[in-house]
Amino acid sequence: MGMLLDKMILYFHYPFVRYALIVGVLIAFCSSLLGVTLVLKRFSFIGDGLSHVAFGAMAVAAVFQMTNEMPLVLCITVACAVLLLRTGQGSRIRGDAAIAMVSVGALAVGYLLMNVFSSSANVSGDVCTTLFGSTSILTLTLTEVWLSMILSLCIVIVFVFLYHKIFAVTFDESFAKATGIKVELYHFLIAVLIAVVIVLAMNLVGSLLISALVVFPALSAMRVCRSFFSVTICASVVSVVCAIAGILVSILAGTPVGATIVAIQIIVFFLFYGIGSIWKG
Amino acid sequence: MAQLICRNVAVGYGSKVVLHNIDFEVHAGNYICIAGENGSGKTTLMKTILGLQKPLKGEIHLGDGLHANEIGYLPQQTVLQKDFPASVLEIVLSGFQGTCGIRPFYTRKEKKRAQKALQEVGMDRFSRNCYRELSGGQQQRVLLARALCATKKMMVLDEPVSGLDPKASADMYRTIYRLNRQYGITILMISHDLDLTKRYATHILRVGVPSIHAVKTGGEL
Repeated sequence: MGMLLDKMILYFHYPFVRYALIVGVLIAFCSSLLGVTLVLKRFSFIGDGLSHVAFGAMAVAAVFQMTNEMPLVLCITVACAVLLLRTGQGSRIRGDAAIAMVSVGALAVGYLLMNVFSSSANVSGDVCTTLFGSTSILTLTLTEVWLSMILSLCIVIVFVFLYHKIFAVTFDESFAKATGIKVELYHFLIAVLIAVVIVLAMNLVGSLLISALVVFPALSAMRVCRSFFSVTICASVVSVVCAIAGILVSILAGTPVGATIVAIQIIVFFLFYGIGSIWKG
Repeated sequence: MAQLICRNVAVGYGSKVVLHNIDFEVHAGNYICIAGENGSGKTTLMKTILGLQKPLKGEIHLGDGLHANEIGYLPQQTVLQKDFPASVLEIVLSGFQGTCGIRPFYTRKEKKRAQKALQEVGMDRFSRNCYRELSGGQQQRVLLARALCATKKMMVLDEPVSGLDPKASADMYRTIYRLNRQYGITILMISHDLDLTKRYATHILRVGVPSIHAVKTGGEL
């Protein structure tokens, strides 16, 4: 035990470990906040689709050899989020089909671009990193850390400020609309926030595993909590604890960060599932 | 001055007209029941009145000091709500969203009114309970309390007793009637149950082809 602690303290002398922990916690916190709304509104798939779009955008950025790809990826993902939500509302291609189309399309084009134009010697390594985020959380630059912190802060502020509105829109769209809330505006806002969270979370868990970060904490919290407020709080606590645990375990055991976090999330989910079943009797 | 005036209104989706030639006025304190067969466009008409969709033709006016965000609405329950983790109080408070603008929290006065609304529908003991664990009748009462928070003037109810057993339905109708009598809240309700509605309604709006007529119940036209 003492050796583990020593090892830990040694690691924390490195700034990149501290960055990873700070950004990881922030990302986990933000994604769980939005996750509750996403799960309850049956929007989970939009999150999944968008993460693939983010992968495609990442590939484009790699082709142009951009040093800081985050702004470009952010723009493309936000644009797609808005587009997907639009198509969900009474267009010719139904919502779920549109999401499937965009997400697989982006994945394919992204991989193609990376293969054809890549200057790197290790294409499959690059692809793997983007998809599963294996080490990117440990290679963050200071600029990226700041950018992540500012974006997370924006998400939290917007969420807290609009918390009751988001609840109203999530629980009952038609009632909210009838009482004069601009439901479309909030949908748009939620879509933009999701897109931002996904781009942030790509660093932590890679684009394939983002949905887990968004969906699992909310689902776990819903097993045991009985009000929207407590679900929100519980989900964020679960998410942050899992992220910290996952990052620490992965540093100590040398496992991939994203996959470790998600594995812990899965364990916690079944734990909460069990507790929920016992409480209900 | 009427609270709600429909002039030669046609409603439907896209370009498909479901109902047309709709002409009626609603005055303060009226209890109006919209009756008609399934698929006759009752809900579409109601959504158009609420401004959830635009009328295909004609005009809908609000008057007598009634604003669009002052109409309480009790929609039909969605599948999504059946498993929604929310406390009764959270749901009832959300009735104030239309009137509290960009203010991000609820005032003490609003919280008091929410409790009062729960009292009106006989659910005050359940304010901390979880919505999804209530019975169907109790859930409808919670949504009625929410509508009550959104309005002091007019309530629009879309089949408030669908899926309830006879006793719960009768209770629900009585509560709605009391709100109408005691506070003068105008009621505009869709219902299948003609026998029961005849007892309470001041007017029945028969929806069907080719147009709509308002019939006054109980005596003089």
